[in-house]
Amino acid sequence: MSTATTRAGRRGRRTAAPYAFLAPAVILFVLFVLVPIGYAAYLSLRKVRVSGLGLGRGARTEVFAGLENYRAAVTDSELWSGGLRVLGYGALLVPIMLGLALLFALLLDRPRARLGRFARTSIFLPYAVPAIIASLLWGFLYLPATSPLNYLLARFGLPEPDLLGGGAVFFAVVNIALWGGVGFNMIVLYTALRAIPAELYESARLDGCSEVQIAFRIKIPLLAPALVMTTVFSMIATLQVFVEPMALRPLTNSISSTWTPLMKVYRDAFATDDRYAAAATSVLIAAVTLVLSFGFLRLVQNRAFGQER
Amino acid sequence: MATGSAGSTATGSVPTTRATANERPDRPDRRGRPDRPGRAQLVPTAVLLIGALYCLLPVAWVLVASTKSGSTLFTSFTFAPSTSLVGNLTDLSTYGDGIFWRWMLNTALYAGVGAVLSAAVSGLSGYTLAKYRFAGRSVLFNVLLAGVLVPGIVLAVPQYLLLAKVGLTDTYWSVLLPSIVSPYGIYLARIYAAAAVPDSVIEAARVDGASEFGIFRRVAAPMMVPGLITVFLFQFVAIWNNFLLPFIMLADDDRFPVTVGLFTLLNQGSAQPALYRLVITGALLSIIPLVALFLSLQRYWRVDLISGSVKA
Repeated sequence: MSTATTRAGRRGRRTAAPYAFLAPAVILFVLFVLVPIGYAAYLSLRKVRVSGLGLGRGARTEVFAGLENYRAAVTDSELWSGGLRVLGYGALLVPIMLGLALLFALLLDRPRARLGRFARTSIFLPYAVPAIIASLLWGFLYLPATSPLNYLLARFGLPEPDLLGGGAVFFAVVNIALWGGVGFNMIVLYTALRAIPAELYESARLDGCSEVQIAFRIKIPLLAPALVMTTVFSMIATLQVFVEPMALRPLTNSISSTWTPLMKVYRDAFATDDRYAAAATSVLIAAVTLVLSFGFLRLVQNRAFGQER
Repeated sequence: MATGSAGSTATGSVPTTRATANERPDRPDRRGRPDRPGRAQLVPTAVLLIGALYCLLPVAWVLVASTKSGSTLFTSFTFAPSTSLVGNLTDLSTYGDGIFWRWMLNTALYAGVGAVLSAAVSGLSGYTLAKYRFAGRSVLFNVLLAGVLVPGIVLAVPQYLLLAKVGLTDTYWSVLLPSIVSPYGIYLARIYAAAAVPDSVIEAARVDGASEFGIFRRVAAPMMVPGLITVFLFQFVAIWNNFLLPFIMLADDDRFPVTVGLFTLLNQGSAQPALYRLVITGALLSIIPLVALFLSLQRYWRVDLISGSVKA
């Protein structure tokens, strides 16, 4: 009898154990992810009503605003131009970054690749450099007073471009993000390539396939899950662009305080102290991110955990 | 690293073309097309080299620029080194009563403590999600994983407002606590636990009468160490590189991490260009620890975990 009760007790402990083990993660997740999201959603539906001159205690009261903040956000031309700028930025950055990452990974994976270790380490190195420091380094490489390009062009008496000027600064920011992101994605793809059994290429080589054909017909199709995964993470990172333009601001006048939607959120929340507008914009950005990446994520999950379930 | 051995079999499996074309020119029958592999190699190698140089360019620049004095920074050729490195280092170390080194220590604290806690929480959660069958498992996992999709600033602003209500902003906690839970770390730990901890070992420990937590701590966690180091490294870099969270949370520069500290210096630099020199030297010093960590622990960068193709 006593063994039966202890066994029942153990069974009970075993069913309780997973919940207890997940408690720290779930509690932190609720406190620092779900509650803030809920709070942002709540704030986005509120506004401040000022009575009288807005002076003194009780002159400013928070009231329900309905969708007013969203209406203001959707009709805000600054937010639109920032949003379109970021979409253009992503449309330019993500394909170039993943294209180069794929190219480098395939080149490293060739039989008899030379300089492989050196190239791999060098290209991965920017991952160890914080985005703010990377932006600062590139910022000085762009700045006409310190840029090597401007120095050389001036030497030969050629016209000097302003790499931080109105039109160029967009590409300057793309370049910083490209520099920081290629290496990491390259390593992800390269590692996935290394996991492909070499026998798969054997017969293709015997049949006279070139390395280029092998890359296009065998390697790239097998990389599809890794490519989807890197695309999702790159898209999410792209929509959050904030640090790079923020870091270039002290060096140039061509980046406004609302250059990207997140910069506008930051300005609204901390500079103009309109946390309600900031909350509404945040919620809109989160919604766009979810819509754009949800389809990709489902695909990734099925690939990664298909066998385990 | 598993990839290393896979690499050697990949190249080892095509010995004929390699050995004969490149290393044994004494065989006449294979010398009919001796320069083809060489020429075919040239373009790919050049492409890789250009990529490597592009990635090294800013690092080379900061190395050179940190040797320049305030005036030569703007006058001499960008890549011409100068002799002021020691002077720059002393000036940076004494600036603001040595606040730069305080920032470095803060960064090490945020990244070190945050990543250890994150690896512990992720390890336990990942193990649980991989090894227990319980009601709500996949819902919990999907909700946690969806956290990856939430943009940082969307969280940072309400996090700031909420922490301000409980008086925790501008403290070490305000940067540490939000950095612990990592959807990505949980995802990696789950994949790793599924592959590295056999069910039979857990069953055997249960038969021996070990408690559920004892099984995790004494049996599963040691088997998961390489995966946990990977989680630690990813989270360490993520916290080290995070600018937004401390930028929003902190006001007192005594608590700044080095990223925020250098940014404030840069901001002042537009009024006092002499500070640029310190910013540049500081940038160099701030990337050295991470690059060192990175190169020395290279075999733990198990990015194969990301694509789910782990062979533990």
